[in-house]
Amino acid sequence: MIAIVKYNAGNIRSVENALKRLGVDCVISDDPEVLSKAEKLILPGVGEASSAMAYLRERGLDQVIKERIKPTLGICLGLQLFCARSEEGNTECLGIFPEAVKRFPPKEKVPHMGWNELTALKGPLFEGVQANSDVYFVHSFYAESGPDTVAACDYILPFSAALSKGNFYATQFHPEKSADVGEQILANFLKLPAV
Amino acid sequence: MLKKRIIPCLDIKNGRTVKGVNFVDIQDAGDPVALARQYALQGADELVFLDITATIEARDTLIQLVEEIAANINIPFTVGGGITSVAQAKALIRAGADKVSVNSAAVKRPELVQELAAEFGSQCVVVAVDTKFEDPDWTVFVSGGRTPTGIKTLDWVKQMEALGAGEILLTSMNNDGTKAGFALDITEAVASSVQIPVIASGGAGTVEHFATLFGQTTASAGLAASIFHYGEIPVPELKSALKTKNIAIR
Repeated sequence: MIAIVKYNAGNIRSVENALKRLGVDCVISDDPEVLSKAEKLILPGVGEASSAMAYLRERGLDQVIKERIKPTLGICLGLQLFCARSEEGNTECLGIFPEAVKRFPPKEKVPHMGWNELTALKGPLFEGVQANSDVYFVHSFYAESGPDTVAACDYILPFSAALSKGNFYATQFHPEKSADVGEQILANFLKLPAV
Repeated sequence: MLKKRIIPCLDIKNGRTVKGVNFVDIQDAGDPVALARQYALQGADELVFLDITATIEARDTLIQLVEEIAANINIPFTVGGGITSVAQAKALIRAGADKVSVNSAAVKRPELVQELAAEFGSQCVVVAVDTKFEDPDWTVFVSGGRTPTGIKTLDWVKQMEALGAGEILLTSMNNDGTKAGFALDITEAVASSVQIPVIASGGAGTVEHFATLFGQTTASAGLAASIFHYGEIPVPELKSALKTKNIAIR
């Protein structure tokens, strides 16, 4: 079973739609038991870090996510919540990745909104995805580059377009809104072997 | 490098596109879902749907349509037209719209933009600005461009940014429908006075117009309707022509 974490942030519907287009059914839930048992779990998100973390903590979902041993994907704000802490609302996050989340310096338009290219692709999430493929980003905060970076992007400065460690995967961009490239990345996540 | 976006805009009335779009592979030229899919396949970077009916009955039709569009395309899209409240925006966003655009209602009650940004985040809030130059100033018009507000365009976009707008969709009424090119001066004046992205609209007629827009202004995107709908400049041709001019295009 594939589960999407239901929480107080937008675009859950978009992820559900994208999975449907790939022929996959999913459940949307905030039930800790459902989420810990799911074969694959997706934490999507458009929203604000501190209120999203507060929502997860209230329901004990922070522990559920951290303790997962099966493939787990964070999207956009989901990636930022997987990191150690975020400058947005000065928020303590899940700490799955040690990378810090910072606000873009206002040297160009912020948010970073639109299609930008992926480089330095590594690992199973990007199988069959060509270097320099464009994907869709909308964000004002970014995760620094670090040892877990598996795709890089450059806007104002180089940052992590995707992170991965063990069973955890995360993309700063929206695969569900990134045309065929995004579909390939979601399909790659869905076919990761069950643990 | 962040790419410049090419955005086709579709006018919707009672759940149908207002003007038929001439795509060879589509039999029903009035079906917004089929057209949206075709544009997504052609490489459009985003889509904008403007509902020009905005009656109460048409609202439900619009929400159903947004659900269908969201289920069928894999690129972001904005829905606008007659949105006056957070509740209306919420229905559209729940149905799957990535962003909503507001225009006249923001002039009537600027706090609406603040409320939308607080509820959905700035990235969901597009403020559409219809502007017209009448010596000596560019000012804002509402109600489909019929009513002058006397508000100076540059003051207005700064206020909208401060209230939480995530993007400005700027239409020059002097240029709209002329196919004589975008209004470069006001586009750049707006783009350089706000931090948020600006979508330029009005006047696109040739590939060269987009090249000039992206070469001479810091607009993030160019929006057009008829040149795409009537196949005058197919999206793939526009994009490949701009690439050969070294413009950052997906």
